[in-house]
Amino acid sequence: MEFVLLIALPVLGALTLAFLGARREAPEINAAFSLGTFIAACGLTTRVISEGELLIGREQFFIDPFNVFLVTLTAFVGWTTSLFSRPYMRIEREHGRVSPGQLRLFHSMYQLFNATMLIALTTNNLGLLWVAMEAATLSTVLLVTLYRTPASLEAGWKYFILCGVGIAQALFGTILLYFAAEKVLGSEGVSALLWTHLNGVKDQLEPAVLGLAFVFLLVGYGTKVGLAPLHNWLPDAHAEGPTPISAVLSGLLLNVAIYAVVRCKVLVEGALDSTLPSRMLMGFGLFSVVLAAFLLWRQRDIKRLFAYSSIEHMGIITFAFGMGGAVANFAALLHMTVHSLTKSAIFFAVGHAAQKAGTQVMDDIRGLITISPTVGWGLMIGSLAILGVPPFGVFASEFLILTTAMRQEPWATPILLISLGIAFAAIFGRLQPMVFGETTARRLPHQPAMLPVFAHLALVLMLGLFIPPYLADWYRAAARLIGGD
Amino acid sequence: MEHLTLDLQLLNAFAALLLLLSFAMLSQRRIVSLVNLLALQGALLCAATLLLAWRTGEQHLYFSALLTLALKVVFLPWLLHRLIRRLGVYWDTEPLLNVPFTMLVGVLVVVFAFGLAQPIAELASTATRNAIGIAIAVILLAFLTMITRRKAMSQVVGFLSMENGLFFGAMSATYGMPMIVELGIALDVLVAMLVLGVFFFQIREQFDSLDLHHLETLKEDQ
Repeated sequence: MEFVLLIALPVLGALTLAFLGARREAPEINAAFSLGTFIAACGLTTRVISEGELLIGREQFFIDPFNVFLVTLTAFVGWTTSLFSRPYMRIEREHGRVSPGQLRLFHSMYQLFNATMLIALTTNNLGLLWVAMEAATLSTVLLVTLYRTPASLEAGWKYFILCGVGIAQALFGTILLYFAAEKVLGSEGVSALLWTHLNGVKDQLEPAVLGLAFVFLLVGYGTKVGLAPLHNWLPDAHAEGPTPISAVLSGLLLNVAIYAVVRCKVLVEGALDSTLPSRMLMGFGLFSVVLAAFLLWRQRDIKRLFAYSSIEHMGIITFAFGMGGAVANFAALLHMTVHSLTKSAIFFAVGHAAQKAGTQVMDDIRGLITISPTVGWGLMIGSLAILGVPPFGVFASEFLILTTAMRQEPWATPILLISLGIAFAAIFGRLQPMVFGETTARRLPHQPAMLPVFAHLALVLMLGLFIPPYLADWYRAAARLIGGD
Repeated sequence: MEHLTLDLQLLNAFAALLLLLSFAMLSQRRIVSLVNLLALQGALLCAATLLLAWRTGEQHLYFSALLTLALKVVFLPWLLHRLIRRLGVYWDTEPLLNVPFTMLVGVLVVVFAFGLAQPIAELASTATRNAIGIAIAVILLAFLTMITRRKAMSQVVGFLSMENGLFFGAMSATYGMPMIVELGIALDVLVAMLVLGVFFFQIREQFDSLDLHHLETLKEDQ
């Protein structure tokens, strides 16, 4: 029941807003649907905690400890983003940057995007996972180009074609996986693509085919994660779309793509009995961290800056999943959570800052603390949190990842540490004048919607100081499921 | 050499024709012809699926043949032709590599594809396993088409041709994916093309052209 609501509400929301999305109260309707989805997710979570894993709809959907926490996180950030987009999109409309028709498109597609992500997270069928991932791209392409500027059209085109080609590789990987599975499970029915069935027989799957399949799956879904060198679409799509979309792309879609990679990795590793998948994840992860850290220095656009920071953090998470083992998996899951919360909070603050300054160019954004103290502090605290300053949650997860790396992969530790240092200097140096610099601009006339920002940051702070026991158990169960011993 | 039955020979002939069409697309610069080649590729795919369905008696293959016919032979080419007429893009500009050189690269790509397919084909139990190499070659050639073209429209045709290759690969390795997945993929392709239609008009409104060199201003260090 909760599950049906979880998927049906955003779909229904998309349909409703396709008609009502341009009305004055549309942002409230949007937020109400997202809240409903979040409540359904919470209901589902409590049920999974009390009853254990669930298989739903002829085994096409399933909920286990690994995906249930991502479902809740996705629904939560989906809801807070809809709260943020309420004043944000209203101001955009007053500034004449979006027409009523575009607003309708935005609201409807926002709900559809949430629905595709939730389907991708909960489906047991690896084919459906692919379909939902592609649908997630398609539902956001027209949102990236919402402003119809030349730059946004370019960003949308890159997003469409690069992710399209990338995800075609993932489809080929899925075909190969099906090919290997069909020999063991038979082609009768559709069980040969169901993850739970595959997981049961993974040691019987043909290693040569699975190795090849994993290369394609990693390149395919890795494109959506934004792993270097497949990351080209990511900064453009984040910078040129409306800010609520940047927040959900960075905070949620990247997580969902990593989820897909990890699901595939579990299967392949079981079949292969070699460290190839782990090595590949570590290699891609580390390369992304290093490349992003250096490219951070060359950014002038504030949203691009934080988009590159997302690439860096996705690299860290991928690296941690590559190392594997109970602690690294735990840390990677924690890092997914805190990155998602912090980065979306930062984008909320950035959205208000850029809206006020009328530009996303960092040199022209100055003295946020005098224009609007809450936005200034929100951006400052959020950035410190994402840079891994204690006592925030990002520090805790990065600390765990680094100490595990010291033990398991000592060679990688200095590379990671230096990259984190470079990224810190790059972001902090840019941030300081933006928040504390001199400005001639007047105070913000309206009250910005900063509640989601501080709610997210408070959660991140809490996760840094104290992880509630049930949450820790849950992370541990998920880490075990992924292959920690 | 083992004796092949007529239907299998026919299937192999279809596969060879698919590969030939991929090469034709690689060298074709008239966009209208490119779309026609894509429709022809779809028709071949549909015929091959039908033949395979008849041979193996797999019910769902009939259905996917029908889906291929409706989507790839009728609807998408119609949509693309309509877009070409409305937007007035008939020729691609000089490709990034000249045609003979592209063909040469294409030949190398095919050799590579057969090398890649070798381990899979050895394991496959389907009658069509020899075609797996061709499927991979079609995918890679479509990729090459996308890389060497400048016009958005030719890139899209390349993208669809890649999808054809994937479909053919799934068919020859496993007699097609489960029905629900195939339906989902078809839906995604359909929606992708509709989104693209909207998108093209936006690009055109903004730049008065569909040449992608307008879309090369965003760089890493902006």
